[in-house]
Amino acid sequence: MPEKKLDLLQGTLDLMVLQTLAAMGSLHGYGIARRIEQSSGDAVLLNQGTIYASLVRLQQRGWISAEWGTSDNNRKAKFYSITKRGRKQLAQEAAYWQRLSSVMGRVLAMQDEGGDR
Amino acid sequence: MIGAIDSLRQALARLRAFSRQAPLDRDLDAEVAAHLAFAIEENLRRGFSPEEASRQALVRFGGIAQSKERHREARGLPVLDVLLQDLRYALRTLRRDRGFASAAVLILALGIGANIAVFSVVNTILLRPLPFRDPQRLVWMAGNRGAGGLSGVTYTVAAYEEFQRHNRSFQDVTAYDPFFGDSDFNKLTGRGEPQELAGVRVAGNFFPTLGVQPALGRLFTAEECQKGGRPAVLLGHFFWQRQFAADPAIVGQPIILNNRPVTVVGVLPASFDFGSVFSPGLKMDIYVPAIMDELRNWGNTLTMMGRLKPGVTVAQAQAEVDILMPQIRAAHKDWYNDYATAMTGLKDHVSGKLRRSLVVLWCAVGMILLIVCVNLSNLLLARAAARGKEFALRSALGAGRARIVRQLLTESLVLASGGAVLGLGIAFAVTWYLARQGSIALPLLSTIRVDGAALGWTLLIALAAAVLFGLAPSLKISGGNLQDALKDAGHGMSAGRKHDRMRAVLVVSEVALACVLLVGAGLLLRSFLRVLDVDLGFQPSRAAAIKIDYNDGGKPERRGAILQEILRRVSAIPGIQSAGIVDMLPLDRNRSWGLQAKGRIYRKGEAQDAFVYIVTPGYLGAIGMQRREGRDFSWQDTPTSEPPVIINQAAARYHWPGEDPLGHIALVNGKDFRVVGVISDVRESSVEAGSGIEMYLPATQAEPEGAELVVRTQLPPEALASSLMRTLRAYNPEQPAAEFRPIQSIVDHAVSPRRFFALLVAVFAGLGLLLASLGIYGVISYSVTRQTQEIGIRMALGATTERVQLGVIARTMRLVLVGIAVGSITSVVAAKWIAALLFKTEPSDPLAFAGTVLLLGGVALVAGYIPARRASRIDPMVALRGN
Repeated sequence: MPEKKLDLLQGTLDLMVLQTLAAMGSLHGYGIARRIEQSSGDAVLLNQGTIYASLVRLQQRGWISAEWGTSDNNRKAKFYSITKRGRKQLAQEAAYWQRLSSVMGRVLAMQDEGGDR
Repeated sequence: MIGAIDSLRQALARLRAFSRQAPLDRDLDAEVAAHLAFAIEENLRRGFSPEEASRQALVRFGGIAQSKERHREARGLPVLDVLLQDLRYALRTLRRDRGFASAAVLILALGIGANIAVFSVVNTILLRPLPFRDPQRLVWMAGNRGAGGLSGVTYTVAAYEEFQRHNRSFQDVTAYDPFFGDSDFNKLTGRGEPQELAGVRVAGNFFPTLGVQPALGRLFTAEECQKGGRPAVLLGHFFWQRQFAADPAIVGQPIILNNRPVTVVGVLPASFDFGSVFSPGLKMDIYVPAIMDELRNWGNTLTMMGRLKPGVTVAQAQAEVDILMPQIRAAHKDWYNDYATAMTGLKDHVSGKLRRSLVVLWCAVGMILLIVCVNLSNLLLARAAARGKEFALRSALGAGRARIVRQLLTESLVLASGGAVLGLGIAFAVTWYLARQGSIALPLLSTIRVDGAALGWTLLIALAAAVLFGLAPSLKISGGNLQDALKDAGHGMSAGRKHDRMRAVLVVSEVALACVLLVGAGLLLRSFLRVLDVDLGFQPSRAAAIKIDYNDGGKPERRGAILQEILRRVSAIPGIQSAGIVDMLPLDRNRSWGLQAKGRIYRKGEAQDAFVYIVTPGYLGAIGMQRREGRDFSWQDTPTSEPPVIINQAAARYHWPGEDPLGHIALVNGKDFRVVGVISDVRESSVEAGSGIEMYLPATQAEPEGAELVVRTQLPPEALASSLMRTLRAYNPEQPAAEFRPIQSIVDHAVSPRRFFALLVAVFAGLGLLLASLGIYGVISYSVTRQTQEIGIRMALGATTERVQLGVIARTMRLVLVGIAVGSITSVVAAKWIAALLFKTEPSDPLAFAGTVLLLGGVALVAGYIPARRASRIDPMVALRGN
């Protein structure tokens, strides 16, 4: 059971990372983590460290690329950006999530009615 | 969703990442450091104190170690990582316990090495197909159903041609002349010292039938196989390398064979070794075409082989020949023989007789491996007991049972791999040595090597051994009670009986295995000694032979004078007692001619050919044959005097039963010869089979087939080799540089397969005994250590030294006796199984059994006495205080 939960989380995080990079362009790991926290309205309490497993996974699949560079305040950091294939993947997965959530929404709404007895 | 290409890309990336951990780790470290720096900076901007800023950064990051670990898992191959971790841990533990590790690896190396070596022998002789094209379709044909000497099992040219023409089973029937050492092509001159050559006549279709292609040049043309055709010769690969320094330009050149220029038309490939297949122990140098019209009148001169048509079985070919040969025979009233033929697959013919011996050898060496595993199991159990705390601690810290078993099996695997690597080294050395033993008359042995199959076998037995000796101890440990182990219970007491029972079972099985090996080795060694004891009918010690060359122009009267002169000169060499010349040495080559008592009517099938030897006066004495009555030949037996013949007792019994044959007339190939002497039987074709019917004819009266000078010396033969060669060269400058062979070496060659098997099994039995005694010692010594306190108490309560010693020894002997009992019963069965391999030795040979029991008992006594002595020296005060 816990494995399954982790899988879902992983997939979710990967998608969030892809979306962040697609929206923001090139970002380093900390930047990505902060963006996700901010855009989710700090609703996701992320262990920021877990993002690096996600980044290496996405990179190995060829969906994002990485490069060492220098930040605004002159600090060396690894910058990630989404690739063409990554954008394709993002479009697919986003569509999948949207379908899933709308289906889930409908199903849950139906249950609501049933509970109104 | 992830596409197939993306998955592949990821797998490759993981593999890449796995192989370069360190730089990726550094990269990650830098990235994490940058991350924290960014976070701290931001926190400072928000107005946190520096401590709080970095604390917050760390909290938000989560566990750094865990994050890195997850990163590594995501990027690499976690399963392999764990394996590597186990391996590193295993190596570290084993390094800490160097004595144990090296002992274990050494024992394993012996067991695995012996197994690889024997597997290579078995694979070479028994399993690997012959080095010919589609070898399973090649069939060996033996005339006279395979019974009798070489002349009996061979065919005439006419029989060969008739069978070739009429049979329907074979795609091709071919032949070679097995009477090697023909004096038409046994001497190479014009290239340095004259060289003695081993050559064979082969039918024109011999190589095409076997599917052998020349490495250089071509095979024989049809013209070269005809009478009057251009003389041609093919060189064996080894001979080409040795004699012509592998010079490819030799092809097309003439070489001088017995004073005749013969063109080298090609060189055979290195993979073709005629001797190793057809005549073990012989290195064939050259191949010449068998010109059938020249061989036609020589009687039985051909060994036949054939390649079956696709889909035809050996049994079908046998059924055909059973019908065909009598038909052919009926059409040729003048034939001397009916050529009842036995067909066997060529591979069966070559190695079938050795199958039982090889399987026995294989079993013996398998038992060694079992003993090795049992021994290691024991060692590991002892170690496991000592490491109980370590594992209890690990499982208390959360290691699962599977994890611990895996860790322990990894350790076994490391040991087994070490043993396998070292064992491979041993096996390489052994096979290298065996491949160079031309004196062992085992077929194909010269082609032995540690090949892919042997490497696969190594992997298999190493894995099997690791599981076999590693599983029991690791299950034992991991199944142990945590609390007991942590509380350090059972130490110094005789508790843990269950543990001991397992070790006792191991020792008993070890002793039983060693017992079976010892009995088998005892029986085989006794058989071998019996073979060495056989009265050969001649005296090999202090006798030696050399092939000589002379030119008599085919005239018997000149031959007599030449041979007499050679013998006169040779006999004058100081140190030479007597000398004589024969065409074929006993146990070396043979042929047979017709022999009958004149005037006697033989029923059909009753007439039997006799082995024939053409000799000079003095030969019988020089080789040490025993004259029972009559006289030896003399130089007065000239081409024109009455032809004399000397026969052996077997011939006398067979042809003149109940009579004194002396003075009777014998018909030799239809000619009258007077029996002038009778000698004791000589083992002419095999040490183990009885003697055949033999006759000896004077060289002045019959055509010899080659010439071997036999001398009996007072000095060791090798001391005389150079002066003998000088004398021969002085008389005949063309005398080839032939080998001066001690007659003993011919006998050794004949018994070499038996020696090979007996010695190997004996070595394995010795190894088994050693390992078993180590096992006994280990177990008893360990139990004494465990019971130090108990023994101390008993001694404090008044037990005497003797009593303590006796107690330990009695326990040892109880184990050993059970082992011997089990082993003896198994041995009885095993001995029956190898009965066919024994020579004049009963499978129930009391000496072998009694010897085994005494030897095992004695060794066990010593192995038990050492710990017993230690037990009796335990100081009660120290023992009780200890721990």
